[in-house]
Amino acid sequence: MANFNLNINGKSQQVDVDPTTPILWVLRDHLKLVGTKYGCGVAQCGACTIHLGDSAVRSCQLPISTVGDQEITTIEGLSENGDHPVQQAWIEEDVYQCGYCQAGQIMNASAFLKSNSNPTDAEIETAMNGNICRCGTYTRIKKAIKKAAASENA
Amino acid sequence: MKLVKTTYNRRSFLRSSALAGGGMMLGFSWLASCKPTPEQLKSIPKEWFDINGFLKIADNGMVTIMSPNPEIGQNVKTAMPMIVAEELDVDWDDVIVEQAPLNTDIFTRQLAGGSQSIRQGWEGLRMAGATARQMLITAAAAAWQVPANEITTKAGVLSHEGSNKTAGYGEMASAAAGVEIPEEVPLKEATEFTIIGTDRKNVDGPKIVTGQPMFGLDIQEDGMLTAMIVHPPAFGMTYKSMDVESVKAMPGIKDVFPIEVYPEGVEKQWSDGGGIATLVAVVGESTWQCMQAKKALKVEWETTSKLESSADHEEALTRLLNSKPKEAARRDGDVPKAFKNAAKVIERTYSAPFLAHNTMEPMNFYAHVTAEEAKLKGPIQTPEFLEKTLASRLEMPLEKIDIMMTRMGGGFGRRLYGHFGVEAAVISKKMQAPIKLVYTREDDMTQGTYRPSYKVRYKAGLDENGKLIAWHVRGVGTNDDLVFENRFPAGAVDNYLAEKHMLESNVTTGAWRAPRSNFIAGAEQAFIDEVAELAGKDPIEFRLELFDRAINDPVGDPETNDYDPKRYAGVLRLVKEKAGWTGGKNGNSARGVASYYCHNSYVAQVLDLTMEGDTPTIDKVWCAVDCGIVINPLSARNQIEGGIIDGIGHATYSQMTFTDGKPDQENFDTYNLIRNNQAPKEIETFFVENGIDPTGLGEPSLPPVIGALANALYKATGQRYYHQPFISERQVVG
Ligand code: FES
Ligand code: FES
Repeated sequence: MANFNLNINGKSQQVDVDPTTPILWVLRDHLKLVGTKYGCGVAQCGACTIHLGDSAVRSCQLPISTVGDQEITTIEGLSENGDHPVQQAWIEEDVYQCGYCQAGQIMNASAFLKSNSNPTDAEIETAMNGNICRCGTYTRIKKAIKKAAASENA
Repeated sequence: MKLVKTTYNRRSFLRSSALAGGGMMLGFSWLASCKPTPEQLKSIPKEWFDINGFLKIADNGMVTIMSPNPEIGQNVKTAMPMIVAEELDVDWDDVIVEQAPLNTDIFTRQLAGGSQSIRQGWEGLRMAGATARQMLITAAAAAWQVPANEITTKAGVLSHEGSNKTAGYGEMASAAAGVEIPEEVPLKEATEFTIIGTDRKNVDGPKIVTGQPMFGLDIQEDGMLTAMIVHPPAFGMTYKSMDVESVKAMPGIKDVFPIEVYPEGVEKQWSDGGGIATLVAVVGESTWQCMQAKKALKVEWETTSKLESSADHEEALTRLLNSKPKEAARRDGDVPKAFKNAAKVIERTYSAPFLAHNTMEPMNFYAHVTAEEAKLKGPIQTPEFLEKTLASRLEMPLEKIDIMMTRMGGGFGRRLYGHFGVEAAVISKKMQAPIKLVYTREDDMTQGTYRPSYKVRYKAGLDENGKLIAWHVRGVGTNDDLVFENRFPAGAVDNYLAEKHMLESNVTTGAWRAPRSNFIAGAEQAFIDEVAELAGKDPIEFRLELFDRAINDPVGDPETNDYDPKRYAGVLRLVKEKAGWTGGKNGNSARGVASYYCHNSYVAQVLDLTMEGDTPTIDKVWCAVDCGIVINPLSARNQIEGGIIDGIGHATYSQMTFTDGKPDQENFDTYNLIRNNQAPKEIETFFVENGIDPTGLGEPSLPPVIGALANALYKATGQRYYHQPFISERQVVG
């Protein structure tokens, strides 16, 4: 066990955990931030996607000891009032079915749009290929990302 | 308007009371009259539910419709209140859909559904809304001293033209609560609907996009421990012993012990499905600590029945497929003679592997069992059955057991089998503490209740004019007999024989989205495509000729035929028109077509694809659906799209195989699920408008798309695809 100071959603948080603990479980078990989801634990499904600085990362693969004071953003902190353009586009397109994968999809999509504000369909597919949606909402995810890109560019 | 009696089940169906602060509350059973029996469930398990809810009209006119909770992703939480609001005649903007508070006196049972929920809830929900509306009218009639039948309603306002009086529902709500529940209420005609049939967004959307806790896995309770299980590594093995000492000392670990989930004498329900009798439990403070202990733990298992491999299943299924069952499931005409006289005969065999459900949220359950009571909470589709098993296992009366429902991160049939709830309860009892049982992805995938593996052989005979004169289908499956003998083309062919067999296996199997149909539809529709080609006919025209036959001159008693050929032909004609079908090509794309009937709904699809090397790109799927009245087209299209992507994905990429009883796939690095770039670029859905009562939507789009895909692949490659998964190579992702 060791003490860590984390910077999560703009707040400083202290936890005392085993240094190998992935951020996914720190968030879920210790900080009660359960919006970030567990789907596979082996970097295959993207359900656990968070932002580390500006990049989307898989929190199931991110031991707490490697994070330092880098800024972590989770779905709960993506926007103040749930009104990030990607969140809004998701609502407008009524993307979700069960909803379980969607926090990961949204976190990945929002980081992707920061690096590519006007993506092609093929670029969206490549960027989103690591996020499984078992309910099959892929066509809506693509539409919503295009909508979010358009609204941000407008 | 038409009048319907509310008297059936009236007492249990409706209850009226006044709200403390003014207003009216009407309690009703969402599905009072139409719960399937356990026997029906057992033969073809369907997702179902039995729930109680209420609507509340506040004195300011706001209407609250309580949705009694569980949601698998099929969006009933929006669609069911829409039906109530329609008959109540309120503005949807004045409706608040609330999650039912768990565990109160009002809700005796809360449970989630699937393709059957709207179909079974339709009438009851309409009646609840219409009854409340009628009571408001009665209250207004008394207040205004005018005849009730002269009062009209619109968007939450009562009006009486003659006296020029109007009042909002809120103003009459308190008085309405005291009105006697009517014996008879008018229901709207479909043409009068203003909410049903319009796009309404998922009421939980804002919570989903902000990551609010909704799922079983999100449960956090004071003093709660995390529990995990270790199950036998192979089907055919059972627990023998273990070395706990090294693990017990690991950080955060509270206890490690074997659990008797189902000791001898426990009365199991069908829903206990693939539950394993003895497991090992690892209980600790946090998930990560339990995962580490689980890995370090050394457990010894012993072999107690045959360790089956996929090669064994393959061989046994083939052997069964080659043997004649004692009895035919259905026989019309003289099949051997017809084949002898046929100008052309064709025979083909199709197969598909086991599949895991792989809900994105792995199995989990919260339990707190004390000497006095058991409180459980989690994602399950069959709590009523879980409760019965718990009563037997915990030796506790039913009324001391309380099961609450959470939103489900996917179901697809997996959460019908609630052994994980029993496991959670047994662990909690031993620990004398509240625990949350969490399956790792590997636990979830390797202790599945899989879609059975199947084989089917079709043989067809054509006369010299290319007319279908003989049909023989023989199907086999692991723990399942696959063939629906009264489905198409039964009734459309003079000489027809359907046969089926079952292979017993210790690999646990169960309902998986669109049971049986999820394989046999694709096989049948690919075969028909090949038969049409042999007959020299367009595949759509060939099918339509068969439907004509079933409409005009059905073979056998038309009552036994498990489909309506007019509606079947209707979706095929609709998709033909919408896709501009002229044959197997559309510009550079290869096209395939298929149609199927299951879960009381009809679907026809045209699929366009292009090949890049060995990889298909699905350019577009056109989908025509006849599911009667569509409540919420926006979410209906979402369900249809999901089924299409699910069907394409599993038929193309997914499989579960076994070596000596051990699942070869354990996580998404070896089990392929369809990815974003493999999904169709576009899906367009068209609904037949016919005013017929609504039927299932969650499943019917999945089965036929596999046939449309196989047929398009043939047009693109010149190869027929008989065996799933069509393309099994690992696509490198992640
Ligand atoms: S849980 Fe991290 S990628 Fe699946
Ligand atoms: S919405 Fe269910 S897994 Fe994506």
